[in-house]
Amino acid sequence: MAKVLMKGNEALGEAAVRAGCRYFFGYPITPQNEIPQYLAKRLPEVGGVFLQAESEIAAINMVYGAAGSGARVMTSSSSPGISLKQEGITYIAGAELPCVIVNMQRGGPGLGSIQPGQADYFQAVKGGGHGDYKLLVLAPATIQETVDLMGKAFDLADEYRNPVMILGDGILGQMMEGVEFPAEETPVTLAEKSWATTGAKGRKRNVVNSLYLDPIKLEKHNEHLQRKYERMAKEVLWENYKTDDAELVLVGYGSSARVAKAAVDLARAQGIKAGLFRPITLFPFPKEALQEACKQANHVLTVEMSMGQLVEDVRYNLEFKVPVHFYGRSGGMVPTNRAVLEEIIRWAKSGKGENQ
Amino acid sequence: MLKVEFDEDRCKGCELCTDACPKNIVVMADHINAMGFHPATVVEQEKCISCGFCARMCPDVVITVRKEEKK
Amino acid sequence: MITVFERPNSLTTAKTHYCPGCTHGIIHRLVAEVLDELGVQEDTIGVSPVGCAVLAYDYFNVDMHEAAHGRAPAVATGIKRVHPDKIVFTYQGDGDLAAIGAAEIVHAAARGEKITTIFVNNAIFGMTGGQMAPTTLVGQVSTTAPKGRDSAIQGYPLRISEMLATIEGTAYIARVSVHNPQEVAKAKKAIKTAFEFQIAGRGFTLVEVLSTCPTNWGYTPKESLKWLVDNMIPVYPLGVKKTLEEGKD
Repeated sequence: MAKVLMKGNEALGEAAVRAGCRYFFGYPITPQNEIPQYLAKRLPEVGGVFLQAESEIAAINMVYGAAGSGARVMTSSSSPGISLKQEGITYIAGAELPCVIVNMQRGGPGLGSIQPGQADYFQAVKGGGHGDYKLLVLAPATIQETVDLMGKAFDLADEYRNPVMILGDGILGQMMEGVEFPAEETPVTLAEKSWATTGAKGRKRNVVNSLYLDPIKLEKHNEHLQRKYERMAKEVLWENYKTDDAELVLVGYGSSARVAKAAVDLARAQGIKAGLFRPITLFPFPKEALQEACKQANHVLTVEMSMGQLVEDVRYNLEFKVPVHFYGRSGGMVPTNRAVLEEIIRWAKSGKGENQ
Repeated sequence: MLKVEFDEDRCKGCELCTDACPKNIVVMADHINAMGFHPATVVEQEKCISCGFCARMCPDVVITVRKEEKK
Repeated sequence: MITVFERPNSLTTAKTHYCPGCTHGIIHRLVAEVLDELGVQEDTIGVSPVGCAVLAYDYFNVDMHEAAHGRAPAVATGIKRVHPDKIVFTYQGDGDLAAIGAAEIVHAAARGEKITTIFVNNAIFGMTGGQMAPTTLVGQVSTTAPKGRDSAIQGYPLRISEMLATIEGTAYIARVSVHNPQEVAKAKKAIKTAFEFQIAGRGFTLVEVLSTCPTNWGYTPKESLKWLVDNMIPVYPLGVKKTLEEGKD
């Protein structure tokens, strides 16, 4: 199949359609507007439904209704809109419904900026909404990877009956790259959903619900959810780039990982044994793979477009076996490969050190 | 079979049926039910005209209403 | 003997948690009777609110979704867009629909979503213990307006049926009451019409049912019905506010 040059947001939309998504509910917010705009044209072509909701809150609740009715459904937004969706997301997690939620992150907090950011890591991975629940979080770094992960995102959502988040950023959404899609005729096998509300003909009625007024029942439900999240641990994905002999390992995801990768190459050219560990699933976090990649490292440098969120998980998952440093930009500023190189040089020169 | 039958343990003693009855035959019993309420009841069954007004007003589907079949 | 009145199939046999004399019980039953009479029990999916009727998913004997506070019309939109051939209804109180859910109900109506909303208006927040609602009357006492609603501070109540009737996407909007057996019969007729309009695919339908809250109003169930007639009906006149003309949808 031929490569096409496409904008990230639009490629994501097309990939969702190829993955069998037939329902989208969303609301305009920069920098992801091309997702609803593309799907507004594309979904009717495949007999699907696109609806622009009156708010991000309404959109996530439409997703809840559609998901509970057995549909393969998606919504997308950017940071402030994802904040609005949090209650709805916990309902979807509590009721164990499948869906895909896309966050093209931008600068925050509050109205923030329309430039890219990665300051929603905590929100995506640690909760965001109330209660004990987890999203399965995928963090593609290229448009091709976004396309490649889309089918998996919907399949994992169905398999685990859980929302799956695609954590991108404004760069990924707005940039254009050559991308290949799976063939349109590729059959999509959809899971049978006997729990869905479809009208109770010839079966006991189904109830989609997250309310358990009896604390004994709710505790059991929470334990059931936790066991599910433990089962999810086998879905870890990551990329190692030149980490085999790396003395300084960079860790990053998404667009900042691409900058870090470029910095690794610049460092290697100067004789510094740098490498990059790039988690692709942020939850479940590839802890063992991270430890393996850093086992001969003297320093770890986390690069993010935030004031330091991923870095906490890196420290936690390395169990303080190696010093972890942080380099970040925020407010929509993007780290440059040269600035990251300077950080690499600084730490490489300092020898074996302590945590920053 | 009774013309108007009260599933007494479902009754919450709200008394809405007593006002609804055009024949004024629905009364609250002296005894209490399993929930601790005085249930509604009809003693004078022969006066019931099977209009169903009591059942219409009942929020708890306590009342079943029947009509004698005409031969 | 032939039975002239018994429990409808579309109600489960569960004992409800509603207070004695609460009109939720009557309204649930009317919806269930209508679903039975229209023969759509197995094709219906309902959405329960947050409010006293949060447990409605235990009482309606159909597929049910529990929705977040105010969001039932959005949830119903998601369901109906996936299953356009099924009957979808929401059941909401005045806090759920007119406070936090004001945007969702307006936009579901604007889009002409082919769903039916049963709007239970008792002019107060029931479940949470009697706080002021958007439909609380001026002068009416509630826990968050203990001296009575003062229009200078807390504004005026919303007439939802009249407001929604101005929206083109609506097909049938009616306000009814359940304060005596005759009004209960009229309420049932309105609810049946609303569902019939949905089956015919004509657009958004809503029936506002004036209701009592004896516990939070501080009256007996019988006194509450009288308070409703004396105080609510003058502010919320009964009647059909919108019927889409024949041949239009």
